[in-house]
Amino acid sequence: MAVITYRQALHDTLREEMLADENVFLIGEEIGVFEGSYKITAGLLDEFGEKRVRDTPIAEEGFVGAAVGAAMLGLRPVVELMTINFSLLALDQIVNHAAKIYGMFGGQSNAPMVLRTPGGGGQQLGATHSQNIELYYAFVPGLKVVAPSTPADAKALLKASMADNDPVLFLENLALYNTKGEVPDEVAPAEIGKAGVVRPGSDITIIGYSRMANVATQVADQLQQDEGISAEVVDLRSLRPLDRETVVESVRKTGCAVIAEDDWLTYGVGAEIAASISDGAFDYLDAPVRRVAAAEVPLPYAKPLERAALPSAESLTTAVHQTLEAVGHRR
Amino acid sequence: MAETATRSKPTSSGSKSRRGGTRSSGNRAQQTQERAALGSESPEQLRDYFKQMSLIRRFEERAAQGYTQAKVGGYCHLNLGEEATVVGLMSSLHKSDYLFTNYREHGYAIAKGIDPNRVMAELYGRTTGTSKGLGGSMHMFDTDVGLLGGYGIVGGQVPLATGAALAIDYRGGDQVVMCQMGDGTTNIGAFHESMNIAALWKLPVVFVVINNHLGMGTTVDMASAESELYKRAVAYRMHGERVDGNDVLAVNEASGRLVEHARKTGEPAMLEAVSYRMKGHSVVDPAKYRSSEDAQAARAADPVAAFRDQLLSAGVLDEDGASEIEQTVQADVDAAVAFADDSPHPDPSTLFDYTYATPVANDSRRLPADPVF
Repeated sequence: MAVITYRQALHDTLREEMLADENVFLIGEEIGVFEGSYKITAGLLDEFGEKRVRDTPIAEEGFVGAAVGAAMLGLRPVVELMTINFSLLALDQIVNHAAKIYGMFGGQSNAPMVLRTPGGGGQQLGATHSQNIELYYAFVPGLKVVAPSTPADAKALLKASMADNDPVLFLENLALYNTKGEVPDEVAPAEIGKAGVVRPGSDITIIGYSRMANVATQVADQLQQDEGISAEVVDLRSLRPLDRETVVESVRKTGCAVIAEDDWLTYGVGAEIAASISDGAFDYLDAPVRRVAAAEVPLPYAKPLERAALPSAESLTTAVHQTLEAVGHRR
Repeated sequence: MAETATRSKPTSSGSKSRRGGTRSSGNRAQQTQERAALGSESPEQLRDYFKQMSLIRRFEERAAQGYTQAKVGGYCHLNLGEEATVVGLMSSLHKSDYLFTNYREHGYAIAKGIDPNRVMAELYGRTTGTSKGLGGSMHMFDTDVGLLGGYGIVGGQVPLATGAALAIDYRGGDQVVMCQMGDGTTNIGAFHESMNIAALWKLPVVFVVINNHLGMGTTVDMASAESELYKRAVAYRMHGERVDGNDVLAVNEASGRLVEHARKTGEPAMLEAVSYRMKGHSVVDPAKYRSSEDAQAARAADPVAAFRDQLLSAGVLDEDGASEIEQTVQADVDAAVAFADDSPHPDPSTLFDYTYATPVANDSRRLPADPVF
């Protein structure tokens, strides 16, 4: 067991899988000579050479599509999209092609590839570089979308994604790269499509993914310590497929839920979770399901405005208190 | 091979075509001359080209008929008028070479080697179709003959084909990828990104632009600032050239040269084949936007009739031989229709069989009226 950063966990996993399978290659902007915008691929060009670590022109549609075509012939590309905002340039290749190759041709071909990309705001990068648009991909059958929140999950889910024979969008987050956590020496691939109860509790369920799953755990710990509130935290880990069972099972136990998401509220991931709770735990609810989500604005640059727009431990704590208050009136 | 686009071939049938005189010629010397115009191809090969072109012509006519009978659904884009281009291109590929096409691909599927029965069955949406009935007219696929997809989104196949060439290069294989597209495709970003990548990384892919003068109802001149499309290769230091798409032999020669160069050197190239689309964009399009002169030119350029005349004039084929071929392909198409009609529809219970290649937990198998819980 070692304590390493989320960044290191990603780097180590890429390296291990490249050593294990020569069909694995990395492709993306600035991943080689520059060693990656966020240094996930540092050192890999020197170790594996240009064939396995391929710097591309700024041409997302072109190189993502090329990765799909290479995957159709059995290679296993891992694409780095510098941020999820830039994935929009490749939307046609991801949604209309990667996601359709297996189904549209009756299972004759498939696209075993991973699209690694960070989302996230809070870095004062302004409206076009701070979005959380994983929902666009989680909406599409044929894609798988995973969103690890810890270094250990990052490793286990990246292993699973790289072993999978379908295109997997692997959501990272700018705010997570420097976070640290314990990672076992031997990590087994995670099961895609499964959520996890990362903190057991009995009073309320908080559901999050990626950065907000960590915030949820911090808030739950604080509430336990300060007020004796027992909050259960569900980390979705996978946005497609979505593990509704684990969410609903928790809410049936606690009777109330708050969803913590970095994306926008209207039509967001939380809307689907809330609908699932309504589907599966309607009779168990003691309060309306609450969502803590980003304010619906193009994210401003100025720090006070950016801070006001994004979900935080404070806003989540407020929503938990208000939900438990509503429950108290009911019970 | 030159780095830049240098050659210009005739843009349509007629003036400089290799095509010879009329079939009424009984003059021995003229027949010899006509034969010489057909180059060094064997009589068997020439007759086979004619047979393949005739097969595609009849097949597409029956596909249109199937559409009007509501046996074929969705969109249905035909290769009518492009038979010489299709056969010329496909004859230049090895079976192990890969082909990516757009959605106007029935003829390519047949000429690359798929049984017409399975092509028609795909149009009919049956389990015996090239994509088990899941793809339809625009999405034919067959690994065995190297057809790695017809694609319905304009230009979607161009990055994919480039990536397939990357995989060949990665593994050190000797296959070549051909990427077919229409004239309208040369204006989208994916085309330019892929041309750049293919040239930059020296990938064995031949980009073939079928310039049939029309992207749906928009003429090339309306859509492209440079309407001599092959010249776009210059920007990527790629060889580009134009060929008369109504001349099966010219297409085969140019395509074969570029394909073999790509095989030998790994360098990409671009070929523009100029042809005519005889009918509308798809079966339902009456093409009212076309001028009568243009429509007449398209009919006059009919490559199947012209090649038939050429073979008769050269003595490679006589009228009986031509009729026999035409009857054979008619029977093949009739058989394809019967095969398609007799084939089973996919069972609704198979709806979720092809969403994911690796089975996954919590995969939704919900039908529209099913509750989530």
